Amino acid sequence: MDSLLLLIPVSLFLGLLGLIGFLWALRSRQYEDLDGAAARILFDDQPRKETPP
Amino acid sequence: MSLIGRAEPVAPGAVSAAACAHCGARLAPGQDRFCCTGCEGAHALVAGLGLASFYGRQATEAGTLRPEAMAAGLDLAPFAETMKDGTQRLELVVSGLTCGACVWLVEQALAAEPNVLSARASLSARRLTVTWRGAAARANDLVALLARLGFRVAPWSPACLRATEDAEGRELTRALGIAAFGSMNIMLVSVAVWVGTDMGPALRHGLHWLAALIGMPVVLIAGLPFYKSAWAAIRAGRPSMDLAISLGVLATALMSLSETIYNGPYTWFDGATMLLALLLAGRVFDRAARRRARQSVAELLALQEGIVTRLLADGRSEAIPAERAAAGDRILVAAGERLRLDGVAAAPALLDAAATTGESVPRSFEAGAALPAGAVNMGAAFTMTVTAAAKDGSLAAMARLLERAEQAKGRFVAVADRAARYYVPVVHAVAAVTFAVWWGVLDAPWQVALVNAVCVLLITCPCALALAVPAVQVVSVGALFRRGVLVTSATALERLATADLAVLDKTGTLTEGRPVLIPEGQDPEAVARAAAMARASRHPLAQALARACPEAPAADGVREIPGQGLERGDARLGSPIFCGLGPSADGMTLVFRDGAAEPVVFRFADRMRDDAPAAVTALRELGLDAELLSGDGEGAVSAVAWQAGIPDWRAGADPVTKQARIAALKEAGRRPLMVGDGINDAAALAAAHVSASPAGATDLAQTASDLVLQREGLGALPAAIRIARRAQAIARENIGLSLVYNVFAVPLAVAGLVTPLVAAAVMASSSIVVVLNALRAAKE
Repeated sequence: MDSLLLLIPVSLFLGLLGLIGFLWALRSRQYEDLDGAAARILFDDQPRKETPP
Repeated sequence: MSLIGRAEPVAPGAVSAAACAHCGARLAPGQDRFCCTGCEGAHALVAGLGLASFYGRQATEAGTLRPEAMAAGLDLAPFAETMKDGTQRLELVVSGLTCGACVWLVEQALAAEPNVLSARASLSARRLTVTWRGAAARANDLVALLARLGFRVAPWSPACLRATEDAEGRELTRALGIAAFGSMNIMLVSVAVWVGTDMGPALRHGLHWLAALIGMPVVLIAGLPFYKSAWAAIRAGRPSMDLAISLGVLATALMSLSETIYNGPYTWFDGATMLLALLLAGRVFDRAARRRARQSVAELLALQEGIVTRLLADGRSEAIPAERAAAGDRILVAAGERLRLDGVAAAPALLDAAATTGESVPRSFEAGAALPAGAVNMGAAFTMTVTAAAKDGSLAAMARLLERAEQAKGRFVAVADRAARYYVPVVHAVAAVTFAVWWGVLDAPWQVALVNAVCVLLITCPCALALAVPAVQVVSVGALFRRGVLVTSATALERLATADLAVLDKTGTLTEGRPVLIPEGQDPEAVARAAAMARASRHPLAQALARACPEAPAADGVREIPGQGLERGDARLGSPIFCGLGPSADGMTLVFRDGAAEPVVFRFADRMRDDAPAAVTALRELGLDAELLSGDGEGAVSAVAWQAGIPDWRAGADPVTKQARIAALKEAGRRPLMVGDGINDAAALAAAHVSASPAGATDLAQTASDLVLQREGLGALPAAIRIARRAQAIARENIGLSLVYNVFAVPLAVAGLVTPLVAAAVMASSSIVVVLNALRAAKE
């Protein structure tokens, strides 16, 4: 039973980490353009131009 | 190297011979690779930028990306915003941005421009944010680049913002995340309690407290959307589904808290949070489906946004939004431009007032006559003095008429709410009786009586009932979206399914709403040469001629003589007088004269849409008799009615008459579907049981409609009705299914046999059954 004292807090902590991650993603507007994000993952080349300073 | 980069470049032979290499439209006979010179230019531009791999991934609908021969002359420099560090930022709504490859093309093409710092496009919102260093006027170059690629743009407007700024939607998503987290973690603890029969009371008490610690905050926070809506329902004095949900969830949470304190055998926190998670999932999906439709409408409206050219005292001109123009301002109305404001002109003007009155033939207005906003200038450019600012003008008056019609219509009660009206009181009565019987008759301790009563609330909590309709909505709205029908209102499908009469407008709805060349055996070569010249003009008749002969290349060196015609060498194309013939009666005639050769006359008319008779027949087969309601003269209306096979028609109807006709039909117990495109139809659209507007409708008509057809023609309408009816049948089935579940589960709850395990099983399985059933709605 002692293991519960360790395992329950650990599982809760991991769950909370997930929740915080979700809330962070929501707050930083990553859920605004789900269609775009799905397509964007496929193109990774940078613009072929150096932006002048 | 990217996946896109790795895609095979499009070799000339790889593209099907029948499709344009840029926009994918079908090629006319004789065309080689491109459907028009615009597409040829765009293809060369894309290849020149080294972005040709775009074509390997393009997934746009055929013809969307065809660049317009003439870019709109809107000055975007005033819309650029200067940031603190001196860079410029511009926000645009981009039409045609419909696939991931388009996003890539737009971003890469803009980023390749010198001085552009960043370009970021959002695929869901069709929103493009571009920043650059330098003058604000660069905005026009960047937009011209997009126009050459085939994307139409408009400044990001407040209407787009309203459709996207979805604070409520974000709140729902957050609540869903919290509820999902809570229910999963509580389930870990609950399962231990369910199976741990040999567990000591101290450990069980600890686990109860742990569940309460997670459960109480989750129930309070994630349930907020329901509590708010329930509170509004209480204040309005009518029971709603949300009220039942709120009471069920809160009662379950409080009862579980009391069980936790007294260390009872079970707590029900898992049930309460799972219920919230399932319901929130339904709401989030429902919202996402309609948000897409709302955004597409906002995008269409933004492209129509009124910009007028105001003449300043020093002779210069500036582009300003129509609402900023005041009475007394002088504005320039270009040939082919739509009047945004009421005014008077110092010279006679030829206007096409189809959108405001329904007349299909342009009318000439005397100097000093009042010109109605919404009409299109068919003659030469002229200067107009504004007589009323946008908020006092005739368009605003029409909008007020529309608003009143909408208010008079009353609130439509959705089927789920109608069910809730009976369901909620019954359920609460059963719960109360359960408590009374256990406590008063069977002499059980009050805790046991309370637990059983709350179990009734929990098990009957309309989980499947609340999912029953949204799940069907999501599936059928999505199916309609793919067929090019945008559903803008939550109850539109329900109303569409019950419509029993179709009232159609003529101009722009049954007919194309724009001039089309009448073939009269003209020499094809002369047509081609005239069309080549016509490409240089934005005049509606010239554009109609160019459309009639799409394969003709644009001619060089064409000079436009405003109000008269086009000249190229000794070839002339223009009004009959300009070419040396007598004046035409209706202004729907162009004459082409090549030097001394015999002049060729082109006549134009508003032609009926090809699929109109078929659509009318299909509607009749669905039980919707058609009726024609037009503002045009009797002759034109009866002719179209006969062609389309509509026995019942009314001509000369002004906006108020149209609205009155709809009201009379509703009075008589009919449920009319109104289809119209004009400003004069807006009030009737708003008053009707359900309404639709065809592609190319005016902005006022689109805002008033429940359904907006995106593709040309009326063919989507019968399909939409079939889908709506099917959706309705499935929604009823779903409600029936969830009631059946309750018939079996409620006696168990009343008898006190429902453990949290049973509650969880009933809830999850009924939700799954309902959602699976809803998936059938996509089939036509």
